[in-house]
Amino acid sequence: MKPDDSSITWIPEPQLGMTGKMFLPLFVQGLTTTFKHLKKSLGGGTVTTSYPDQEPAIAAPLIYRGVHRLNKDHEGRVKCVACFLCATACPAHCIDIIAAESPWPDREKYPESFAIDELRCIYCGMCEEACPVDAVELTSLYNLTGRSREEMIFDKEKLLSVFDATKDKEPMKSEAFGGTVT
Amino acid sequence: MPTVFVNGQEITIGDKERLNGIQVAERAGVDIPRYCWHPGLSVVASCRMCLVEAGKKDSATGKITMQPKVVPACQTPATDGTVFVTNSPKVIEARAMVEEDLLLRHPVDCPICDKAGECSLQDYHFEHGREERRADIQPFTSRRRELGDTVTLFVDRCVMCTRCVRFTREVSGTSELMVINRGAHEEIDVFRDENGKLEFPLDNKLSGNVVDLCPVGALGDKDFLYQQRVWFMKSHDNVCAGCSTGCSIKVEENQDHVYRLKPRTNPHVNGYWMCDEGRYGFHHVHDANRVTEPRRLEKTGYVNVEWSVLPQELHAKLKKTSRLAVVLSPHLTVEEAYLLAKYAKSIDSSAVLALGPVPTQGTDEKFKSGFVIHAEKCPNRRGVESVVASLGGSLLNWGDFLGLAESEAFGAVWITGGYKTNWNDDAAVASLANSKLLIVQDCFASPLWDRADYQLPSATFAEREGSYVNYQDRLQSFKWAVRPPQGVKADGQLYWQLLGRTGLYNAAVVVEEIGREIPVFAPAIGGVPEPGVDLKVNQIA
Repeated sequence: MKPDDSSITWIPEPQLGMTGKMFLPLFVQGLTTTFKHLKKSLGGGTVTTSYPDQEPAIAAPLIYRGVHRLNKDHEGRVKCVACFLCATACPAHCIDIIAAESPWPDREKYPESFAIDELRCIYCGMCEEACPVDAVELTSLYNLTGRSREEMIFDKEKLLSVFDATKDKEPMKSEAFGGTVT
Repeated sequence: MPTVFVNGQEITIGDKERLNGIQVAERAGVDIPRYCWHPGLSVVASCRMCLVEAGKKDSATGKITMQPKVVPACQTPATDGTVFVTNSPKVIEARAMVEEDLLLRHPVDCPICDKAGECSLQDYHFEHGREERRADIQPFTSRRRELGDTVTLFVDRCVMCTRCVRFTREVSGTSELMVINRGAHEEIDVFRDENGKLEFPLDNKLSGNVVDLCPVGALGDKDFLYQQRVWFMKSHDNVCAGCSTGCSIKVEENQDHVYRLKPRTNPHVNGYWMCDEGRYGFHHVHDANRVTEPRRLEKTGYVNVEWSVLPQELHAKLKKTSRLAVVLSPHLTVEEAYLLAKYAKSIDSSAVLALGPVPTQGTDEKFKSGFVIHAEKCPNRRGVESVVASLGGSLLNWGDFLGLAESEAFGAVWITGGYKTNWNDDAAVASLANSKLLIVQDCFASPLWDRADYQLPSATFAEREGSYVNYQDRLQSFKWAVRPPQGVKADGQLYWQLLGRTGLYNAAVVVEEIGREIPVFAPAIGGVPEPGVDLKVNQIA
């Protein structure tokens, strides 16, 4: 799309007033939070979470960007069609796919191997955006540990098992956001 | 000189030139979208994508009369005073309608289509199509049908341009492909029996070209299917080493792995095509059996030698020997053959130069369009012969050389290979029994390799840099496409260092040098253009 495309509407940046230029609204907003917490803690309440004894509550797990999962279709097969769009979109080059002809008659192509280097990943969620069949998604699992670098390269089986572990708590986003569900 | 007008721009064409609207627009820098038209095939004007407005300018009065309807540019000849308009609202609307019609029944399965990224349907849709698809069809999986051992057909992706059908009729002359059914049910197919079994499969020796011709993803190359997405690959100009035709090709690779070869347009050599043998003949580049360690034979067995000390070590050994023989493989480039021959002559001015075995297979095969697959299955016999002829030596062939080696004890024999398959036998080893120092440079192990005092791994065509001289004395230069596997160095680099030159081997410098020293190669002075140079150009009196 070119900058002079007719479908783009260009909006000028709004001019800041005197208070805006002095950052006064933001200044007040920030200090409000500080004093709110101060008041709460003086009153005996706590504002911090004692991690790892206490797990923080994730407000919106459906849009949280944690460990990846590979979704399964209703027959339990991997949904991914090995189009490489996630690997193309990935700015960290952490996705490695080997494509092959699928063993199923109703599908043409599938990933023979699908690996994500969870250490190299920057959890930007571009793979999820790029996926045309909603197969790769980011879950709300954030506490990722491993004993070696090799262990942190998640292969297809591992990523599918993440789906099994999280599917009840976090339904496929495609369902929640009106995507293609098959 | 006829003058043609393209969007108001005056284009002068040659008196004898017969161009259509698409070709003349290309000269004006205007790209007219098309599916069915291809410069190497006949015109059918069936896809209607190249519709333009055409008219005539009266040379006397200067009045322009336009035809009332849009016409296909591929079928409209450019004559004196022809006027083409390719950017009027009428043309833009016509293109959008054609594009929409083609997409009505298209599966839009671009994510799993191998053509995505180099697909005309995709490109033209973004450029000329409507913003939204008005058809209420959801993306679906295309039906797939086998056509032969090399090509598979995705039936629903086809736009019925019939380029592939015309190719088998006009270029290969084998006519396997046809259009079955009529109207909206038209499909490409081959003859089958009532059970759907192939009776006349697409199995001619040029079959891979139909995949390149296909403007959409309907025809898939089984060798390349799902191996790599096209946007990851980088394309390098190269020359096919499969036979002495020396087709201009493109090597497409990603991260030093070759995924496919494609023909490069060269009207002097291969036109737009290449044969299947050349197209699929690159798998030896990544063969697991390739030799990748330079080694020296000691009393206890072979020990590895570092490339950093190898040139000095070889030079010291070769200097001490009395009689030197060098076998120049027809797989060497002109530059490599020159450097090695020159090095041999610098050590022993009476060094024997011989040509390695020239593999031949069957007889030359000529196709309907004039495309020839040669029986000589090596790229550069003529180049090596020309180099040796001028360096003052007589060039022996492989048989004569082995005969000479039996009667005469050579101090050192340097044998270059580069063949795809095992090319020598125990008889050759026995003939060379008298030779003291045997240096073998090759890609794969062979009887000679196993008996060598020095085993030097060699590069394949995709890793070489230099020039080949084909059957009609056309010299074509190319650069390396992939780096050789770890432990292997391109042959040219070793010869370059043996001659005491510093830095990296540079084929362009060497070919310039050859051109100045050897009269036959004089046309190569000043750089070799992309289609190559004709070495006979000075001999035609």
